[in-house]
Amino acid sequence: MIPPFVVDNSPALMVIVPFVAAFIAPFAGRAAPAVRALVVGGAMAITSAITLILASDVYAHGTRLYVFGAQAATLAVPPDSGGIPVRIMFTVDPMSALMLVITAISAFAVVLYSLTSERHHSGLGSYYTLFLLMVTGILGMVSTGDIFNFFVFLEILSIASAGLIAFRIDGGVAVEAAIKYFVLSTIGALAILFAIGIYYGEYNALNMALIAQRIQFTLLDQLALVLIIAALAMKCGAVPMHFWTPDAYSMAPSSITALLVVASQASLYGLFRTVFSLYNITLNAACVGWLIIILGVLSMVVGVTMAIPQKNVKRLMAYHAISQTGYMLLGVGVGLAVLGNQPLLDAFGYMAMEGGIFHIINHAMYKGLLFLTAGAIFFRIGTYDLNRMGGLGHSMKWTMVFFIIGALAIAGIPPFNGFASKLMIYESVFAFNPVLSVIAMVVSILTLASFVKVFHSIFMGPVLPEYRDVREVPGPMLAGMGILALVVIVFGLFPSVVVETLVAPAAHALADQGMYIAAVIGGGA
Amino acid sequence: MVFFNLPYVAVVVLTLIGLATIVLKRNLIKIFLGITILESAVNLFLVSLGYREGGIAPIYTNAPEGLMVLPTPQALTLTSIVIGVATTALLLSFAIIIWKKYGSIEIGFLRRLKE
Repeated sequence: MIPPFVVDNSPALMVIVPFVAAFIAPFAGRAAPAVRALVVGGAMAITSAITLILASDVYAHGTRLYVFGAQAATLAVPPDSGGIPVRIMFTVDPMSALMLVITAISAFAVVLYSLTSERHHSGLGSYYTLFLLMVTGILGMVSTGDIFNFFVFLEILSIASAGLIAFRIDGGVAVEAAIKYFVLSTIGALAILFAIGIYYGEYNALNMALIAQRIQFTLLDQLALVLIIAALAMKCGAVPMHFWTPDAYSMAPSSITALLVVASQASLYGLFRTVFSLYNITLNAACVGWLIIILGVLSMVVGVTMAIPQKNVKRLMAYHAISQTGYMLLGVGVGLAVLGNQPLLDAFGYMAMEGGIFHIINHAMYKGLLFLTAGAIFFRIGTYDLNRMGGLGHSMKWTMVFFIIGALAIAGIPPFNGFASKLMIYESVFAFNPVLSVIAMVVSILTLASFVKVFHSIFMGPVLPEYRDVREVPGPMLAGMGILALVVIVFGLFPSVVVETLVAPAAHALADQGMYIAAVIGGGA
Repeated sequence: MVFFNLPYVAVVVLTLIGLATIVLKRNLIKIFLGITILESAVNLFLVSLGYREGGIAPIYTNAPEGLMVLPTPQALTLTSIVIGVATTALLLSFAIIIWKKYGSIEIGFLRRLKE
């Protein structure tokens, strides 16, 4: 049914298709906007399809290698190279596949949404170029097996994101946010490049599996680890390096914000990949694990307390995004803290990691959905200010339904997906340290309180006179939100199926460094 | 010994200058210059990693016997320079917009977001 050529070359194709389409889009727009819409929508649909094909292949048959420029795509170590993988390669293991699934679903929903929501704006040629470059960057980051390649995709992602954050200049305010974001992410990227230099100087390798095999955890490795953790924690918006997040999330067009959430999680993936696949048990797992747990708890608490007084609905949601990132750091951090201690890992470590990783995919779905509903409201009434909203539930019924789904999911109310992953985190973290679990529950309650307030001020009350003519947003925007809402509900109704098929393989792939090395270098590792 | 490590000493000095410029200066252009300096420090670090005392260019056709410098760090540096150009261009274009909209590129004026 699917041609073998596509399956075999899917890791390359999923990056090439959006990359090429990015530069076709502006020319297609010269012919007619409809042609551009067709090119962008078509390219994104193809990319998502290829990505899902690859992900399902990985889940069925295990880690996939794609070595660029080799005689055979799976020939990682050429016979004449002395056992060293010399080429750039993509290493797609179940953890990468999970991120691919997230990106495919979110990016497709977002493109469907923005084809309508951005229709009346100017400069759309470059908008879609940058959009598709962002998708390229995310897909490359989560699937590459070469650490310098990771840096390159990270920079593609940062530059495209910065351009899009500043896209609606908005009297210069959006540019302020973009400067903040871009200065920080450039410094972060340079820190990562410095760390890459350290690895290369020590181990003569850029391939992650080879570095992982040779790593010693010397003083230099500790320096590199600190640089990478600091840079990537900043890029995923963890407290205390979070201050770019509310600005960038609130100033970017809403559809882009939904994709920025996925981009932040690609950085989170990079952080987990470094800690687990590169270092694994060579590092002092308890110490680094606690570091990540503390980052997580700080993010949860500071994020939610900063969210409550916000007046701008997107800033509020951005602070909640910080707070939710904390849950992922907490879950995976607990897994890391007990790494190397097999009984504890089996007792609750894997479950904590599964909870954290499950929360990544859930968060991308419901937070993307919430940002898209905020965009839909802005599309009709032209403001994000909560004090100027009210009574929209009378006219925007579908948007209201989607908002309720997203809000209940983020607050962890059954039967939505946020509940499923949070429950896993509560249970497993309670076994590790009850106090952390209690903090997590309190944060969840505050989240619910905050969203009840937001819901009330946006949708409830009498129809305001100035919004008497407000109508529901057009169908394609609803369809974009609908895809995400559907995923939220399905994941919430069948969490055990999702955890078994998608999440548990990812968690085990992440924890098992030997498997990652063996997939690239061979069983002798 | 100091002479042998001179490139690395330069890396540290450049890094410190770059970071100090980013943190202490109030002018956007100067902050962006600080980023460029930091970038040069990292590039210098990469290139000096691959340098071998007395090595020749790593071109294998008709190469004489002897030590070669490592080609990979040079490739990395080239890539990083290209990315740096894109970064700087984007940052400067932000500075242009800020100048047009606010009439100043001092970061003290970048306060509208807070309101």
